[in-house]
Amino acid sequence: MATATVTVPASTPAAGALRRPRSTTGIASWFTTVDHKKIGLLYGMTAILFFVIGGVEALLIRLQLAAPGGNILSAQEYNTLFTMHGTTMVFLVVMPTAAAVGNYFVPLQIGARDVAFPRLNAYGYWAFLAGGLFLYSSFFLGGAPDGGWFGYANLTSDYSFGTGIDFWIIGLIITGIGSLTASLNFIVTILNMRAPGMTFMRMPVFTWMILVISFLLIGAIPVITIGLIELFFDRNFGTNFFNVVKGGDPILWQHLFWLFGHPEVYILILPPMGIVSEVLPVFARKPLFGYSFVVFSGVAIGFMGWGVWAHHMFSVGLGPAAVTGFTLSTMFIAVPTGVKIFNWMGTLWGGSIRFKTPMLFAIGFVAMFIIGGLSGVTHGVSPADRQQTDTYYVVAHFHYVLFGGAMFGIFSGVYYWFPKMFGKLLHEGLGKLHFWLMFVGFNLTFGPMHVLGLQGQPRRTYTYPEGMGWDFWNLISTIGSFTIALSIAVFLYNIFRTARKGEMASDDPWDARTLEWSISSPPPPHNFDRVPMVEARDDFWHQKYGEDNEGRPVARVRGGSNGDAPGGHDEHIHMPSPSYWPLVSALGLPFIGYGLIFHWGWLVLAGLLVAWGIFAWAMEPDVEPESEPEPELEPELEGVE
Amino acid sequence: MRRLASRRSAHRRASSTLRLALLAAPLALLAGCTDSPQDSLKPAGEWARKVDGLWDVSFLIAVVIFLIVEGLLVFALIRFRNRPGNESPRQIHGSTPLEIGWTILPALILAGLAIPTVATIWDLADEPKNAVQVIVTGHQWWWEYDYPDLEVETANELHIPADTQINVTLRSYDVIHSFWAPQLAGKVDVVPGHTNRLAMHADEPGLYLGQCAEFCGLSHANMRLRVIAHAPAEFDEWVASQKRPAEQPPAGDAAAGYALWASKGCQSCHTIDGHDKSGPIDASGVSGKSTQGPNLTHLQSRSTFAGAIFDLTPENLRKWLRNPSKLKPMDPENNIGMPSAFPPGESGKPLSDEEIEQLVAYLETLK
Repeated sequence: MATATVTVPASTPAAGALRRPRSTTGIASWFTTVDHKKIGLLYGMTAILFFVIGGVEALLIRLQLAAPGGNILSAQEYNTLFTMHGTTMVFLVVMPTAAAVGNYFVPLQIGARDVAFPRLNAYGYWAFLAGGLFLYSSFFLGGAPDGGWFGYANLTSDYSFGTGIDFWIIGLIITGIGSLTASLNFIVTILNMRAPGMTFMRMPVFTWMILVISFLLIGAIPVITIGLIELFFDRNFGTNFFNVVKGGDPILWQHLFWLFGHPEVYILILPPMGIVSEVLPVFARKPLFGYSFVVFSGVAIGFMGWGVWAHHMFSVGLGPAAVTGFTLSTMFIAVPTGVKIFNWMGTLWGGSIRFKTPMLFAIGFVAMFIIGGLSGVTHGVSPADRQQTDTYYVVAHFHYVLFGGAMFGIFSGVYYWFPKMFGKLLHEGLGKLHFWLMFVGFNLTFGPMHVLGLQGQPRRTYTYPEGMGWDFWNLISTIGSFTIALSIAVFLYNIFRTARKGEMASDDPWDARTLEWSISSPPPPHNFDRVPMVEARDDFWHQKYGEDNEGRPVARVRGGSNGDAPGGHDEHIHMPSPSYWPLVSALGLPFIGYGLIFHWGWLVLAGLLVAWGIFAWAMEPDVEPESEPEPELEPELEGVE
Repeated sequence: MRRLASRRSAHRRASSTLRLALLAAPLALLAGCTDSPQDSLKPAGEWARKVDGLWDVSFLIAVVIFLIVEGLLVFALIRFRNRPGNESPRQIHGSTPLEIGWTILPALILAGLAIPTVATIWDLADEPKNAVQVIVTGHQWWWEYDYPDLEVETANELHIPADTQINVTLRSYDVIHSFWAPQLAGKVDVVPGHTNRLAMHADEPGLYLGQCAEFCGLSHANMRLRVIAHAPAEFDEWVASQKRPAEQPPAGDAAAGYALWASKGCQSCHTIDGHDKSGPIDASGVSGKSTQGPNLTHLQSRSTFAGAIFDLTPENLRKWLRNPSKLKPMDPENNIGMPSAFPPGESGKPLSDEEIEQLVAYLETLK
């Protein structure tokens, strides 16, 4: 915790049988860190790794579909790949990216020195990683899941014969544990640890969106977990939740899955919307237009997102009354989404727009999200959706939302915050090359899918015959997918190059508005030497600029109001000590899975690891007393310094 | 001159490329009018046309909004780009009238779109009167069609009279499928434990393609279907021909094939009316015949087989009988799809070349 002086009980080194780790540098420190910034980086690096894997899966899919009658993959391999592509991109890429950026920047944006639950936060990351690795271990342990990312029962319960679906079920439950703990930490951090003066209506929009999705996750994860557990029981213990012959109903799964799945869509898109709401004002040199409307439309989306799930089920046969209700709710959720887009355009309007790489990606987000939003409205026209659902038109739609939207927003955030995280600027020319390759490749890949879907090409089909009129656009789409791959190669090279000889970044290279830019790049472990006193929205901007009569910014003469104030550097900030126990207790989770799938003996190991981890964790003080650099008799000296 | 030069800046080029790329998307949609026999935008009957009319309205609204909003975006990017000597922009925080305007206006547009949408939802829910009744059963991975009033059974190729209402009852005894012939109607899922229905109608005689649209396992891609609409008189002829039981093959290879049919256990899955109705009763218990595999009584009246994916030729039948799962991915070990060994199970062997010839000769008599 960030409290300057904490009285801690005497050390209990024997509690966990391992000596408390101390180092905060070196490879070992990454396994024991409780620093939210390091955990953010871990999430980010893991997400990039899974993004590359999920991308390779997508390329294989596109190779198979490049021409009719493709024979690069078997039907089984194809079904496995589209299942893993979807599952990976949703659960192991976009969700952890929100956790990555949120972990790193939410405390910095609210002026906090740490998060509320540093060890729980570390546990969330290790649970996510454990779930992801567990899921991917299925490739080597009898076959990966092949039931689609949506895992529809009863195909996945009574008509699926390997262990792949079991891996999928338990992998998602484990990553769900990670999401829940991360959400709890975000909520308590944002509610309780804001700097003095950081009222809700002064909070950066990105932080707001993390708060909203944290609540969404706390509501949504239990719903899918119930469904997953029922599915696992149907598969392994003879229950009949979805088994028609014994009186179950496969539609129950669809309700549970989409009652999670639709809030999930907003869980994926709201953080990138927050990123864009940070980037557009900085590079237009104007405050966000209609801040409160952008915030509340995000909150409104969070609420309304619970009432639209059955629009994934318009062809299921719910009856006209249910279809009418969900049609109307689906159409009107477009209103708050539209409000956001108009406010972003209002932000650009009258600005002085600098087309740096983060800005290009943010603009790309807005431009592509408009298309995804409009095609979403055409889905909302439910009779027409009966032609569109389960075709490539839907694939086009949600990639415009989740790739053209979310991924462009995420890349905007990466280019924007990279200098803050690493103290170096990503190369601007390579960044622009990345953007344009990805922008063109993205539209080549997913634009034609609108046409293909309307021409009747269904999703999730490993092959299609000649003579359907789908050949040309499929080939274009495949070419586009490799253009995206090229753009990602440029991005990875850019990181590699920057690490070796990147241009050093100042603390505030973009002349930005929010608190994270007021501290050094990269930030010190305790974030803020002095906890900031927040006096306005975009507080850091107002420290730098006043306004003249016309409302134009005028640079302030730098005075004593900034970090030069007396009492500056402070050795009395006691950051929580590193800990093994989040890792140890999370490490037990996959062995629960192996125990349930293969042999109960693994459950013993799992139980030991979890129990050991939790016990030692409980007995361990958050700050190791002996790690304190100084005795606790200084406070009264602080004012004197 | 300097001003001109600055206009030719990278930003401007960037913006016009952006604009081009954005325009390409709707144009691509319009260009989608190539020869595509499963095209949802080429409705060929009353119900598909109703849905298509709604699509046209929503697409038009979407394109207009797209052009306006993206146009404004591109305009803003060009007009308000940072230029040397710019004054710093005024720090405008928002405008309540604008917020109210762009909340209400989209809501009104959507409300306008909702009216025909909701009307069509209820329209599609009505069962048409004087309709020909068809029961469609989805199987992993083929379609079974029963005409309860006409006492006809067939598979994969659905024959209907043109310019007549068809009421399709949908059911499944394995997993969820979705019945979809885009030119004739939107898809409706085929859900075990539920009885769904959809109305179908074809203006003209013709061939309409479709396929299963809900992922139903390994060979989902190979669960295609055809709808053949006939002129009414022609349809009656077809019905009459389908009601004839199969004839006994007199002698030769075909007769040998008939014997194999019985001895190899084919009838445990397939029915051939008039030859052997003693197959086990299917879990559905509906026909008293085996519906594990397609009814083959009039196999030769079809142009395709195995989920409407292979042309019905003697050569393809031979390949099929040699190893069905090699031709079309299936999972006979788990009792899904056609086995490669006969009789099915551990005691069975693959068919010899001679046996295959005899069986194909027999199948060729099933007109």
